[in-house]
Amino acid sequence: MESQISFFSSFALNDVFFMAEAAWRTLLISIISISIGTLLGSLFGWMLYEGRFLAIIVVAPILDVFRSVPLIIQLVLFYNFAPIIGFNLDAFQSGLVILTLYTAALVANVVRGGIASVGMPMRRASRSLGMNYWQDLFYVVFPIGVRAIFPSWVGVALGVLKDSALVSVLGYVELLRASQILMTRTQEPLLIIAVAGAFYFALSYPISRFSAKFERKWSQ
Amino acid sequence: MIQIEGLQKYFGQLHVLRGIDLQVQKGEVLSVIGASGSGKSTLLYCINGLERIQNGTISVDGVQVHDKGTDLNKLRQSMGMVFQQWNSFPHLTAIENVALAPRIVKKKTKAEALEIAKKQLVHVGLEDKLDVYPSALSGGQQQRLAIARALAMDPKYMLFDEATSALDPELVGEVLETMRLLAEEGMTMICVTHEMGFARDVSDRVAYFHEGIIEEIDTAEVIFENPKSELTKKFLSKVR
Repeated sequence: MESQISFFSSFALNDVFFMAEAAWRTLLISIISISIGTLLGSLFGWMLYEGRFLAIIVVAPILDVFRSVPLIIQLVLFYNFAPIIGFNLDAFQSGLVILTLYTAALVANVVRGGIASVGMPMRRASRSLGMNYWQDLFYVVFPIGVRAIFPSWVGVALGVLKDSALVSVLGYVELLRASQILMTRTQEPLLIIAVAGAFYFALSYPISRFSAKFERKWSQ
Repeated sequence: MIQIEGLQKYFGQLHVLRGIDLQVQKGEVLSVIGASGSGKSTLLYCINGLERIQNGTISVDGVQVHDKGTDLNKLRQSMGMVFQQWNSFPHLTAIENVALAPRIVKKKTKAEALEIAKKQLVHVGLEDKLDVYPSALSGGQQQRLAIARALAMDPKYMLFDEATSALDPELVGEVLETMRLLAEEGMTMICVTHEMGFARDVSDRVAYFHEGIIEEIDTAEVIFENPKSELTKKFLSKVR
C-alpha cells in the first residue's frame, strides 16, 4: 500500500482557508451587484410606476428578459458575446454585470409596488401641504415605501447572494467553484458540500437577522 | 377671497361639476351638503388644484388656480386641506408629522419647525401626544393631527373634505369641536360635511349640492328652517 502513489489528499485546515477566501469572493460579487442593482432597480421601478413612454417601450421589455431567462443562460451568453462587441470582460466582470442587471430587474418590480403601495390619498395630503413632486417622493413616499418593500428586497438580496454561485460556470472561483475543486481533489463531496452550505448560511444569516431587527424597529 | 365662475369638471364621460358659481369671503364658514356623488369633494380638489378643470375659473386671492404659470405648490400653502382619510405620515411622530412641511417647504430651521408644530398640536389638544407615532393614536386624534399639520403652514383658508365621515361615531365630536374652534377664531373655511348639526350651528352659509350644481345656497338658517328648493327639502327630510 505504501508504495502506491496517492492521487487524492484528504480535506485539511488549509482547505477551509481556501473556501473562506472563496466565500469572500462570493460576498464581494454579491455586495457590489446588489448595491448597484438596487440603485438601478429603484430608478427603473420609479420609471415603471410613472409609466412614461420610455419606460413602457424600452425599460419594461428589457427587464422582463432579465427576469425571465435563467441566470445561467444569461451568464454564458453575455460572457461569450461581450468580447464580440468589444468588451473584453473576465469572468468576475461578466458575472458582475449580469448579476447587477438581474438584481435591478427584480428590484424594479419590488420598487414599483412599493411606490404604488403608498397610495394617492397620502400623496395628495403631502401635495396639499405645498410639497412639490420631489419633496413628496423623498420625504413621504420613499420612507413609507421602503418599510413596505424591505422584506421583499431582503428576499431578492438573499436570492442574488445564493444565485451568485452560478458565476462559477464562467470560471470565477467563488464558493461553489472552490468546493468543486476540493471535491475533485479530496473525493469527499458530502463533507465539502456541507462546509460550503455552512459558509452560505454564515453569509445569509446575518442579513436576515439584521433585517428582522429593522422590521421590528419599524413596526413600532 | 375664493371666487369660482362657471366651473365645469368631467371625469371621462362623467360630468361631475356642471357650472359652479361661488364666492367665499374672508372669515366666512361655508358648509357644503348634498348626497354622495354630487360633486362636493371634487369641488375642494379643484380649488386646491389637485384636480384639473375643463371649464371656468377658480381664483384664490386673485390668483388663477388653473393657469399654466401658477405656482401651485406656493398657492397650496395658503390653503390647508383635511381629508376624509387622515393620511398621517406613519413613519413620523406627531410633532414630526406637523413639522415636516414647515421645514422642507417653508425652509424653517428644525427648531423653528418643531416650535410651530408644538404650538399647533397644543392648539388641537394633542399636547400630550407630541412624540407618539400615528399608529398609537385614535382616528379622532389622527384627524386632529391632520388639522394641526395643515394649520402649521399658516393657511388663510381651510378646506375640510368630509373630515368626520371615516370616524367612529364616538370620535366625531372631538374633531367637530376642533373645527368649531377654528371657526370661532375667524378662519375662512369650506366644509364638505354630512354633519347637519355642525353645518347649522357653525356655518355662515350652507350650499346644497345636487348632481353637480349648487341647487341652493343661503344662510344656515334659511337652508335648514325655510329652504326654497323642493330638492333641498327632500334631501334634508331624508338626513334628519
